[in-house]
Amino acid sequence: MAVNPEQLLQAAVFLPLAGAVLIGLAGSRPDLRETVTLVTAVALFIVICLLYRSFEQGGQATVTLVETLPGLTISFHTEPLGLLFALVAGFLWIVTSIFSIGYMRGNREHHQTRFYVYFAVALASTMGIALSANMFSLFIFYEILTLSTYPLVTHKGNDEAKAAGRVYLGVLLGTSIGLQLFAMIWTWIITGTLDFTEGGVFDSRVSETVLLILFTLYIFGIGKAAVMPFHRWLPAAMVAPTPVSALLHAVAVVKAGVFTVMKVSVYLFGIDTLAAAAANQWVLLFACATIIIASVIALGKDNLKARLAYSTISQLSYVVMATVVLAPLTVAGAAIHIAAHAFGKITLFFAAGSIYTASGKTKVSQLNGIGHKMPWTMTAFTIGSLSMIGVPPAAGFLSKWYMLQGAWAVENWFVITIIVISTLLNAGYFLPIVYAAFFRQADDEDTSSHGEAPFPIVLALVLTAAGTVLLFLLPGRLLELVEAIRL
Amino acid sequence: MIAHLPALQVVLPLLFAPVCVLLRQHTLVWLVTLLVSWAVFIMACLSIPVVFDIGPLSYELGGWAAPWGIEYKLDQLSAFVVLIVTAIGAIVITYARQSVTHEIPRDRVYLFYTAYLLNLTGILGVVVTGDVFNLFVFIEISSLSSYALISIGRDRRALMAAYRYLVLGTIGATFILIGVGLLYVMTGTLNIDDLQQRLVDLEEQRTVITALAFLTVGISLKFALFPLHFWLPNAYTYAPSVISVFLASTTTKVFIYVLLRFLFSIFGASFVYDVVHVDRILLICSVLAIFSGSLSAIYQDNIKRMLAYSSIAQIGYMVLGVGLASVTGVLAGIIHLFNHALMKAALFMCMGCVFYRIGSVSIGQMKGIGRTMPWTMAAFVIAGLSLVGVPLTVGFISKWYLIQAAIEQDNWVIVITVLAGSLLAMIYIWRVVEAAYFQEPDIGTDTAGHGEAPPMMVIALWVVIIANIYFGINAEMTSGFARRSAEFLLGAWP
Repeated sequence: MAVNPEQLLQAAVFLPLAGAVLIGLAGSRPDLRETVTLVTAVALFIVICLLYRSFEQGGQATVTLVETLPGLTISFHTEPLGLLFALVAGFLWIVTSIFSIGYMRGNREHHQTRFYVYFAVALASTMGIALSANMFSLFIFYEILTLSTYPLVTHKGNDEAKAAGRVYLGVLLGTSIGLQLFAMIWTWIITGTLDFTEGGVFDSRVSETVLLILFTLYIFGIGKAAVMPFHRWLPAAMVAPTPVSALLHAVAVVKAGVFTVMKVSVYLFGIDTLAAAAANQWVLLFACATIIIASVIALGKDNLKARLAYSTISQLSYVVMATVVLAPLTVAGAAIHIAAHAFGKITLFFAAGSIYTASGKTKVSQLNGIGHKMPWTMTAFTIGSLSMIGVPPAAGFLSKWYMLQGAWAVENWFVITIIVISTLLNAGYFLPIVYAAFFRQADDEDTSSHGEAPFPIVLALVLTAAGTVLLFLLPGRLLELVEAIRL
Repeated sequence: MIAHLPALQVVLPLLFAPVCVLLRQHTLVWLVTLLVSWAVFIMACLSIPVVFDIGPLSYELGGWAAPWGIEYKLDQLSAFVVLIVTAIGAIVITYARQSVTHEIPRDRVYLFYTAYLLNLTGILGVVVTGDVFNLFVFIEISSLSSYALISIGRDRRALMAAYRYLVLGTIGATFILIGVGLLYVMTGTLNIDDLQQRLVDLEEQRTVITALAFLTVGISLKFALFPLHFWLPNAYTYAPSVISVFLASTTTKVFIYVLLRFLFSIFGASFVYDVVHVDRILLICSVLAIFSGSLSAIYQDNIKRMLAYSSIAQIGYMVLGVGLASVTGVLAGIIHLFNHALMKAALFMCMGCVFYRIGSVSIGQMKGIGRTMPWTMAAFVIAGLSLVGVPLTVGFISKWYLIQAAIEQDNWVIVITVLAGSLLAMIYIWRVVEAAYFQEPDIGTDTAGHGEAPPMMVIALWVVIIANIYFGINAEMTSGFARRSAEFLLGAWP
């Protein structure tokens, strides 16, 4: 079957959109609707795999959909970093769909059709972000992602969801329109192009001050990367149903944020340009501060999802920090961390959803002895935790290894110290949960007799936990892809 | 045929206005108006390629040659504005039938359409004419008919609103007349091209500067530039829904056109920007308009009034473009004429649908309306996002050019103003969205009979929504027109 990569690129974005329409049409028949979701997710993953294969065989492809304004196009291209992100998000959509079916039915959620429709639209925009060939296209899909996830975040429809929705939209649209759009138009005026180019688009005539301001505007404008002080939307968005938190806030939305940070740093500025202008200093400081502060806040959170949310904020800043250290190895580490953290964190969220579905528990302090009732869930949770801390045999070790090695090579002791402290903090807020689940006796008043969560949920979290371990054991293809990123 | 287009566009609605009085039957009258509206729209479409590819279309009224006789002229700018006006007119009248019979006493419906056709005559005449006194006459035709249109509904508060508009509108028209008179005194001509040539040597004259001042203030009053905007909110709020749509998306645009015409085609960019520095005062007024309009909009409970305040802010964006004094700036202003016509038409059409069903447009009555009127409110969300300037909508294109124009001049205050204006728009649009989707209707509210508006209204509304998206994705045509209009206006300046 000869499918050229141009068609695959378009299919990657339009397939989930078509899926969204079909899901909407099949709304009155839940079984059919869920089948459509799964089929679309699998088909999308196949498309991305084909795209990856054609890339491996040396096929570079670019396709332009439409020229919105003279010189500004909506275009897609194949590029290793984007493929990595698309592969991760595409695979995890399948798993999340399985999980969603169990979760949404198990908890008898309302408006399930709307949920699946917007989920598919969100995936389409994630693919758009991953494959965008220029900043203009990326920005468009970035905004669509924000808007299409709004109904998911506010799914419950109560006052709490409404308030969370305000924070969510306010921060994400505020930063993207207020700072990112501004930076983008400024870039356009200086360089006359927004194409992602190896080595960046700025020439040496642009002054260092302008580069510093622009870069800082970009990074804070990418609110989805949740660098403090623009992180408030992430904990707020945790009112969403767990599958949403899992895919969107451990994978699609937040990863779209750090992915954009990487794209901007590597392909719009170029790390050499950034290093020469020392434009990274402010961002590096804020990213390091975010890592530590978010971890400290996570320590004090008793609500499991809130703790995971702050852990996410901290982990996202790892990617930002590793990118702006501007050493080749740390950039590789950042790319690996996108995949590693995605698998680890989605496992943790699935586990949280599993616990909630089976027992109704949401707090860390209620989890004593739960490992005996839910062995699969808590084993997966343990693997996810290990990945967050960065201990073998979990994928998190790989990315931390690369980051440390890279920081060592450029003798950035400050960053190394931050990584070490943060690792201790990570251990501090994850290991007690694991310990309590397996080695503490259940509280006396806790008389609930529940077992594991429904089968689809367990299946999903076993899959992602296995993925976390497999990424560590067989990292070959991941590393190849990362090494293909030309700096 | 093509050669007659400039005059035909004005004469056709004028001829059919009395026909409406004769027919009286409300469906027939609507049909006649519909045909006329679409006919002038088709004529506008026909004239566009001619004007942009070959050159301006000129028509000598009564066969009298230009500086003495009255000339009708379609050039790059007027052809584009005529296209906007007639397109909105055609779609609004398609939408209007049920809304008008619902909101206007049955025995006055034919008068409504008569006045509407006169109004259309007036604003098309303003755009097409190449003679400044004729322009004043058409301004009066359009203004007088719009006072009637605003007050024709059942809402008695509309009378006061129309009266206020009449008083202020007349002051504005008088200022324009004084300005035209002063120009005539100095040059002895009323033809726009002729005026431009003769004024070149008279730049230092105080009378000319006075004329510019009178004209700028008079025209600004007509399109409600801050701080001359006090007539607008009530007029838009209490007018029949169809008229709110039409006034908000065409009349103000036409007066912006008049401003552009006087500033650039008559006085010339170098006089306006370099000698008198009109741009400075326009810039200040527009920044204040954006903030005051947007902030006031946030506190309105009546959504039509909220949209009216939003219009004041949006007019600020258009004038901002002119005030930035560059090709990109004027381009941004002109493209925003088009884009804002699309978004505001859609938003007011949504409110027309809502009013048709629930008899109110106050935010308290709109709780939970997202469920009973899904298509209308989905349209409101999209048009609202367009107003905010989210990508893939026309609003984004406007924002893009405005910010580009501001950055080009390193004018950071303007950049911040435009961005802040977007975020304020987000707040007032989202208040409605939250009420419509997150709140349950109050207990005791009679929801019987609630449902989607009549199909014709919803379809017309969605045509505008699709235009909002289409021209947001593919803005090559609109930006091309706007660029050529801007380059044509500014000529060799700077």
